[in-house]
Amino acid sequence: MSHQLNLTLKVWRQKNAGTPGKFVEYPAQNIPTDCSFLEMLDIVNESLVQQNIEPIAFDHDCREGICGMCSLVINGVAHGPERATTTCQLHMRHFKDGDTIYIEPWRVGAFPLIKDLIVDRNALERIQQAGGFISARAGGAPDANSVPIPKQNADAAMDAAACIGCGACAAACPNSSAMLFVAAKVSHLALLPQGQPERTRRALKMVKTMDSEGFGNCTNYYECEAVCPAEIKSSFISMLNREYVFAAARDSVSMI
Amino acid sequence: MKAIISFYQSSIGKKWIVALTGLVLVGFVTGHMIGNLQIFLGPEALNKYAAFLQGLGELLWVIRGVMLACLGIHIITTVLLWIQNNAATPQKYAVNNPQAATIAAKTMIVSGLIVASFVVFHLLHFTTLSLHPEWKLWEDPEGRHDVFSLVIVGFRDPYTTGFYLLGLFLLCLHLSHGIQSFIQTLGVRTRKIAEPISFASPYIAGLIFLGYASIPMASILHLINPLPH
Amino acid sequence: MATLDSKIPSGPLEKKWEKHKFDSKLVNPANRRKYTVIVVGSGLAGASAAASLGEMGYNVECFCYQDSPRRAHSIAAQGGINAAKNYPNDGDSVQRLFYDTIKGGDFRAREANVYRLAEVSNSIIDQCTAMGVPFAREYGGLLANRSFGGAQVSRTFYARGQTGQQLLLGAYSGLCNQIAAGTVKMHPRTEMLDLVVVDGHAKGIIVRDMVTGKIEAYAADTVLLATGGYGNVFYLSTNAKGCNVTATWRAHKKGAFFANPCYTQIHPTCIPVHGDFQSKLTLMSESLRNDGRVWVPKKKEDCGKPPGEIAEEDRDYYLERKYPSFGNLAPRDISSRAAKQVCDEGRGVGSTKLGVYLDFSAAIKRLGENVIRERYGNLFDMYHKITGEDAYKVPMRIFPAVHYTMGGLWVDYNLMSNLPGLHVLGEANFSDHGANRLGASALMQGLADGYFVMPYTIGNYLTTQTGKKVTTDHPEFAKALEEVKARTEQLLAIKGKRSVDSFHRELGLLLWEKCGMGRTEQSLKEALAKIPQIREEFWKNVNVLGESNDLNQSLEMAGRVADFLEFGELMCLDALERRESCGGHFREEYQFPDGEAKRDDENFAHVAAWEYVGDIAKSVRHIEPLNYENVHLAVRSYK
Repeated sequence: MSHQLNLTLKVWRQKNAGTPGKFVEYPAQNIPTDCSFLEMLDIVNESLVQQNIEPIAFDHDCREGICGMCSLVINGVAHGPERATTTCQLHMRHFKDGDTIYIEPWRVGAFPLIKDLIVDRNALERIQQAGGFISARAGGAPDANSVPIPKQNADAAMDAAACIGCGACAAACPNSSAMLFVAAKVSHLALLPQGQPERTRRALKMVKTMDSEGFGNCTNYYECEAVCPAEIKSSFISMLNREYVFAAARDSVSMI
Repeated sequence: MKAIISFYQSSIGKKWIVALTGLVLVGFVTGHMIGNLQIFLGPEALNKYAAFLQGLGELLWVIRGVMLACLGIHIITTVLLWIQNNAATPQKYAVNNPQAATIAAKTMIVSGLIVASFVVFHLLHFTTLSLHPEWKLWEDPEGRHDVFSLVIVGFRDPYTTGFYLLGLFLLCLHLSHGIQSFIQTLGVRTRKIAEPISFASPYIAGLIFLGYASIPMASILHLINPLPH
Repeated sequence: MATLDSKIPSGPLEKKWEKHKFDSKLVNPANRRKYTVIVVGSGLAGASAAASLGEMGYNVECFCYQDSPRRAHSIAAQGGINAAKNYPNDGDSVQRLFYDTIKGGDFRAREANVYRLAEVSNSIIDQCTAMGVPFAREYGGLLANRSFGGAQVSRTFYARGQTGQQLLLGAYSGLCNQIAAGTVKMHPRTEMLDLVVVDGHAKGIIVRDMVTGKIEAYAADTVLLATGGYGNVFYLSTNAKGCNVTATWRAHKKGAFFANPCYTQIHPTCIPVHGDFQSKLTLMSESLRNDGRVWVPKKKEDCGKPPGEIAEEDRDYYLERKYPSFGNLAPRDISSRAAKQVCDEGRGVGSTKLGVYLDFSAAIKRLGENVIRERYGNLFDMYHKITGEDAYKVPMRIFPAVHYTMGGLWVDYNLMSNLPGLHVLGEANFSDHGANRLGASALMQGLADGYFVMPYTIGNYLTTQTGKKVTTDHPEFAKALEEVKARTEQLLAIKGKRSVDSFHRELGLLLWEKCGMGRTEQSLKEALAKIPQIREEFWKNVNVLGESNDLNQSLEMAGRVADFLEFGELMCLDALERRESCGGHFREEYQFPDGEAKRDDENFAHVAAWEYVGDIAKSVRHIEPLNYENVHLAVRSYK
């Protein structure tokens, strides 16, 4: 049943990348346990507006755990304490009355801070643009059933394709590595017959872009897997490691 | 050559190098342990084994060279990765609350560097015998170098044994992450074996620790005794 | 009164699109890069259009308000996408998909458009598969289908419960390809605030960079709006928080007609509202109705009891009772209205009494918990996350919520609005769903418009524009820029006492009550009287903090809410003028004795397209008659 909580928030506030930020303490009072973490912030923001304090800026959109826009590191955990849950789907019933909650933005060098809790995740876009696609012109596709795909492969591709692109993997990684994100996309397309023609190129270019964007290197902490709201498995990183080496080999030793 | 350089420049390339050299070193550590455990078969077995290794001549130097090269590349590459990783996260979190990372994973660089210094000591202690040049002259009744006795005598010093145990502990801590880590990095940690491997990795490291630690422990507890010299 | 020329090609229905494609003007591949196309929105329609046009060689500028085009709200669609492939060999065809869609839309959609939609549906599946969308497959490796939302054939393709996500990521990956190739320039975190019209043609837009606050103008040869629906006018809806009517409303104020704004779809299976703080409603895929049984207690006094204590004979499985042949699978509008009726009778459940049970106990008994977990596990998990309840043990509580809007800017067969140069795609236009959309049809329409319609029809406009290039130096751009800047500054200058959200909530609640699932002449008149008052107070008493030249989420919301406050009035006006019940528009005065919607085909078989004339209350209602040459208008019965 719903009841109400009184909490203390320590929220990271920063006007922009050029201005130093700091934690600011706000009380969050009479928060119903049925509301989501972002609705809790809405309530706090409403009270800030009443006090003529500029509301806390945070990214959010769909509020149903799929768009990948919301972020927030809550008490040191990307997307908060619940597993397989985005911040927008985290509900306040998982907190206790009197708790102090630290709220920080994704802290990743490749994600420059924009304001308060909002960061710029365009680095992920550029990785995607480097090769996270199958070049297939509209109009030229063969019948969808012309290439049967074993169910097991289609299911595994779907497991990888479920990535919502939120960047929590990089945010949770002590090395700020985006390997889980890249692994998900590379594996998704490598597992499908349609992805084969660009397989080599894709792995090489996406990894190259990932490196040049300034993400760190994966040292197998598996923090990414633990916080991933889409439950992308770290075994896809292993798959990417394999894909990359085979791609590099194919690329340097052309048999044609 | 260009391909090799660009491979090494990539993050995954470097990780592969670390994993491959790590794999070689784990192989060495295991082989070395099995060889040394012959100490429990008595002086005959161990000294014969030592003489066999010495008898390899140039090949022994090749093996030693490869091992040292692997160690060197392993260390240099991990330090490079470590520098990059630090640079990738300019601002740290105020609150840290790891969800999955083990102590072993978080201390790889520290455990690794301490183990490296331990290896230097170990080489001076038992390979070059620089700390006890007189050991070079010890021979068993067969006229072979009496490695059996010098190992036991070497471990009778509690400080040396203590340092060895510490070194071994750190080595095995390093391996408990390292073993599953190279499987992951070399691209064979599929989802079916991911959990068993993560589960087994510390136990394998633990076995290696017990195997190695049994020798100084047996020595200091007088369970095995040197030949008279 | 202006006549609306829908430009529907002549000839038999099944030949119209073929004929139109042949008759359409082509732009020489070498000349395409000389044309700039603005695409606003990056959902299924926007992303697929931008990628396709970029691929063809046009110079595309694409805008979205999110930080990445991949976050557009198409991503949240769960259930699936329809196509007339007939892979299951159960008697499906283009003709049947066409008929089902027309009937589902309660005979208020254009025949030719719907037929085209059904025709290209198969190509969409081929295209998406080629782009790597991991649709569900059978063990033999061929694509799997399921039946969905009121259809009697299995024609829905799906990717677990995340079909929208996978289709959008497919379209997005194509967009990424074009961005990398340089044919598309992407502008994320950029919001369109006005349309620029030069000599009666849409020639550009005014946008605000949401990071720097800079207000800028972009000129183009044509503008495509793919900005989604207006469901957030109700404050609580299943739309994303950022979804808004601003782009289409601004275009409407610049001369584009708004068609059928009263057509809103209320989805029956959403998680009920549980408090004032609530910011959005969450949809549970209606596939749940395949195995769940909907019921409420027969007696009011049982409503407070735990569901397990209510005996079988005291439960009213009202959908099965009223619609024996479709039962729990009755279409969305009908199921929603039935839920409202039982709640109005005081038989609703849950703390707010606005909820009905969706009970899986019979299915669990029949099939076992594991089968149910396999089919709906992710939905049960989602329900658990939000409500904290375990639906394997207690029935889910569901209630209808605003989900989709069938109305939108009026477009002709080329998807061009009455304002030349302005094309409208996807949910933002009005064209294909009539008064009610069937499940798994929104994804189909968005991708049809973007992949297979727009690329063919854009030439019909562009070829008329040779040598008529407009740049942002034109005085109309400066004028629009100044207007937008002035409006932004005005919002910041009010410094009143109430938050933007509080106005949005007030408007939403009013519309839900007066222009929601059931509408009456009186309720609509009340809303029409009240909305201008809220609007007036908004412009006097809203408190927007922060600055204009900075990331300012309150300012963004304020602009959107200001537009909702205007749009809501037009919606009520349209609902008032449409004196019949059809699909998602239910006028309580017009119903059969058994409570079913009563259409008035004689007087209202038409599209109402509204023209803005400076005062919303005086908006002019234009009519496009709907001529049914191929289907017979019938009472839509699902009994």
